[in-house]
Amino acid sequence: MSAATAEPASKVELPAGSSGGAVPSFDITLRVRRYDPEVSEEVRWDDFKLTMYGTDRVLDALHKAKWEHDGSVSFRRSCAHGVCGSDAMRINGRNRLACKTLLKDLDTSKPILVEPIKGLPVEKDLIVDMEPFFQSYREIMPFLISKGHEPTKERIQSVEDRERFDDTTKCILCAACTSSCPVFWTDGQYFGPAAIVNAHRFIFDSRDDAGDMRLEILNDKEGVWRCRTTFNCSEACPRGIQVTKAIAEVKQAILARQF
Amino acid sequence: MSAAPEIRAPRSTSQTGRVAPQYLRSGGARGQFEMLAWLFMRLSGIVLVVLIFGHLFVNLLVGEGIHAIDFGFVAGKWADPFWQFWDLAMLWLAMLHGTNGVRTIINDYAERDSVRFWLKVVLYAATALIVILGTLVIFTFDPCPVIDGVRHVADYCPAP
Repeated sequence: MSAATAEPASKVELPAGSSGGAVPSFDITLRVRRYDPEVSEEVRWDDFKLTMYGTDRVLDALHKAKWEHDGSVSFRRSCAHGVCGSDAMRINGRNRLACKTLLKDLDTSKPILVEPIKGLPVEKDLIVDMEPFFQSYREIMPFLISKGHEPTKERIQSVEDRERFDDTTKCILCAACTSSCPVFWTDGQYFGPAAIVNAHRFIFDSRDDAGDMRLEILNDKEGVWRCRTTFNCSEACPRGIQVTKAIAEVKQAILARQF
Repeated sequence: MSAAPEIRAPRSTSQTGRVAPQYLRSGGARGQFEMLAWLFMRLSGIVLVVLIFGHLFVNLLVGEGIHAIDFGFVAGKWADPFWQFWDLAMLWLAMLHGTNGVRTIINDYAERDSVRFWLKVVLYAATALIVILGTLVIFTFDPCPVIDGVRHVADYCPAP
C-alpha cells in the first residue's frame, strides 16, 4: 500500500510488514448507552472490554458484546455492508454507520461511545422509532409521477439529465442526516434533510412531472426555509451526498418558480 | 420484583396512530411567508452593508471625522431629506432584519408553544415601539424648538 492513498490514518500501531500473517489485535472499551423501558426508565452506560482485530468495525464490536457478553444489547443491522441503512448511530458523538466505521480509525485509548441517533424517540438501547422520519419521507411522494400515457418501452433519459440528480439517488434512508440536524432536534416538525434529498431526486428528474407539487410541499413553514445551513447533514451522510447543496438547489427552484 | 411494570406495546404512545403525539407532523402552514422572510433576509442584508458602511464613512471618516459629531452635526444631517431617508431605510431594514433573525431563533429553540408565542409577542412589541419612535424622531426632529413661546436658539439656527 502506498503512502498516497486517501485512507484515514490508522490510530492503532499495526506492525509494519504484517501483511499475509495474523491480523493484529488490540483491546478496546465499548461504552454503550442502554435504555430498556421494560426494566427501568433510567438510562445507563455499559462498558464492554473487548479484544478486537484491525479489520473489525464498530458493528463487529457490538456483535461481540451482544453474542459473548450481554445478549440484551439491542441494535438494528441488516446487510452490515453500508447499503441497507439500518445501523446509523452516534459513534463518539458523530452520526456514522456502525458497519462502515473501522475501530482502528477511532481513538482506542479512550472508551468508544455508542448512542442512538438523536431527535427520534428511543425504543430500546440503540433502536429508535423511525416513524417520524418516514412520515415526512412519505409526504414528499418519493415515487415517479408522470403525466400522459405509459410508454411501451423504458423511459429514455440523457446522460446529462441523469447526472443532474445523481448525487441524491445515493440515499439509503439511514436517518444519519436528519438526526444530526439541530432544527429537527427542536420539535421534529421540520421535514429534515433526508426527505428534502429524496424530493430533490424526483424534482430534478426529467422523467417526473410532479416537481411543482413537491416544491409546493417543501415551500412550507416546516419546509426548506427552516434549513440553517449548518452542514451537519452533509458531514453525517455515510454516502457522501452533498445534502446542504441539494437543499439549497430546492430553495432556488422554489424561488425560480415564483419569480 | 413486586408489581409487574406496565409494558406498552411498541409505538402505542399515541392515541391517534403509530407516532407519539409530540412527533406528529402538524398540517403545516402553506403560503409564501417563510419564503419571503428568507428572501428578505438576504436582500436586506446586502442593502444594509451599503447603508451601514456609508453611514460609518460619512459620520466617522469624512471631514473632521469623529470629532465633528455633536448635536449640531446630527441636526444638520436630518435637515437634508437624503439623510432622513437614508437613516429611515437603515432603521427599518435593520429592525426588520434583526427581528426576523430573532424570530427564527425563537422558532428553533423554544420548545413549548406558549413560550414561543409570548417570546414573539415581546419581540414584535419591542420592534413596533422602536420602529414607530425612530420614524417619528427622524421626521419630526426640530433642532430649534419653540417651548412656551421661548426660542431655544443655537448658533446654527436661522436668525429669528
